[in-house]
Amino acid sequence: MGLSVRLRKQVDRFLLDISWEMGNELAVLFGHSGAGKSMTLQLIAGLMKPDEGFVSSNGNVLYDSAAKINLQPQRRSLGYVFQDRILFPHMTVAENIAYGLKSSTKHETEKKVTEMIRLFHLEGLERRHPREISGGQKQRVTLARALVGEPDALLLDEPFSALDNVLRVEMRQLLRDIRHQFDVPIVLVTHDLLEAYTMADKVILYSGGQVAHIGHPSEIFNNSSNPEVDFFLALNFPLLVAHTP
Amino acid sequence: MDDTVLFSLRLSFQVAVIATFFVAIVGICIAYILSRADFRGKELLDILFTLPLVLPPTVVGYYLIILFGRNGYLGKYLHEFTGWSIMFTWYGAALASFVVALPLMIKTTRASFESVDKSLVDASYTLGHSELKTVLKVVLPLSKKGIIAGIVLSFARALGEFGATLMVAGNIPGKTNTMTLTIYSMANSGEWMKANVLVLFFTFTSGAFLYIANRFSKRMV
Repeated sequence: MGLSVRLRKQVDRFLLDISWEMGNELAVLFGHSGAGKSMTLQLIAGLMKPDEGFVSSNGNVLYDSAAKINLQPQRRSLGYVFQDRILFPHMTVAENIAYGLKSSTKHETEKKVTEMIRLFHLEGLERRHPREISGGQKQRVTLARALVGEPDALLLDEPFSALDNVLRVEMRQLLRDIRHQFDVPIVLVTHDLLEAYTMADKVILYSGGQVAHIGHPSEIFNNSSNPEVDFFLALNFPLLVAHTP
Repeated sequence: MDDTVLFSLRLSFQVAVIATFFVAIVGICIAYILSRADFRGKELLDILFTLPLVLPPTVVGYYLIILFGRNGYLGKYLHEFTGWSIMFTWYGAALASFVVALPLMIKTTRASFESVDKSLVDASYTLGHSELKTVLKVVLPLSKKGIIAGIVLSFARALGEFGATLMVAGNIPGKTNTMTLTIYSMANSGEWMKANVLVLFFTFTSGAFLYIANRFSKRMV
């Protein structure tokens, strides 16, 4: 299980040129805005076409420029959670979740949706529309919708950035539970240091369209020996670096 | 009411309903292609479909005669194989209404398709759904307002069509004299009382349509 990613994509004057692998774990793509993290997710999901490279998930090749393989997003079996405005406004909570199932009988759909409603603590909101629920509830529905079809991996693009601090802590715990329960590899994009530090099994540090470093969070943030990393930390978190001996 | 008046009322509605039916189907398809696909000649196609909106109706009618007339580029073959021509029939009136109403449908529908958040479309794709299913379940429901507005505008335009209809279908009493043509004839021959009835009817129906359309679109936020 896991993802293998090697991608090259030029957009105007920005060049993304990255390569990383992950197993059945939670990998955090960390770096400041414009480093190419979200773009990587879009390329993995097939919402954008790379110039060249290779993407495989769970051993299945999703994209291979050399072999001219480029699966449509529909056929990649990846759960994708966008930053915001992500629920279908004309569908109820239950309908939104059910939409994550491709083809199943009515009975099966009902069973799976009920299960998701329970797991994500959405009881009583089934018939509400997205505009009638809170931000945290919305993000839980999105996660439920992305997971109900049992994807091979879950791609999360700054899923909690629009939430307040308390909710964010709650959602991080929920995400850990999900990882445990569904046993699914998760790629989490964030520019929140605390989130990266507390959530990641593996941190993939992005800088200017390239991977600056890959490693365990403590290794990266505590005793980095990589000048790129030091520079990045000093640039973004001067207070933190000042306290590091 | 006078027979002529009743006939032209019925004919006008018949023509407008048929024309709007096809305008809705064709318009939604073209609007979707223009809003989502990217291809060479797209802007040219857009201009071509918009032209009937700005061209004088007589010019549109003239083109239709050249295309569908008994000796027209397309009408020639139709006449050869079936011995029938669309000219001077109520089908011709429906065709004229279709052509002049289509741009209104395409414009409003395209705008509402383009206002559907692309990340919702992407979300549907990543959830494993085909483009067709995404259109049916996400794009169309979220564009409902624009589509209904387009249908109402097209219907009003089709109902009020005059110039192109006159050229293609003529003004044959008991055959192709729609409301607008009848009003013209009556005004010409000084039958003011009858014309008044039609004009008032036209005004009230159109007003009612706009009222209903407004009420309906307000309810669907």
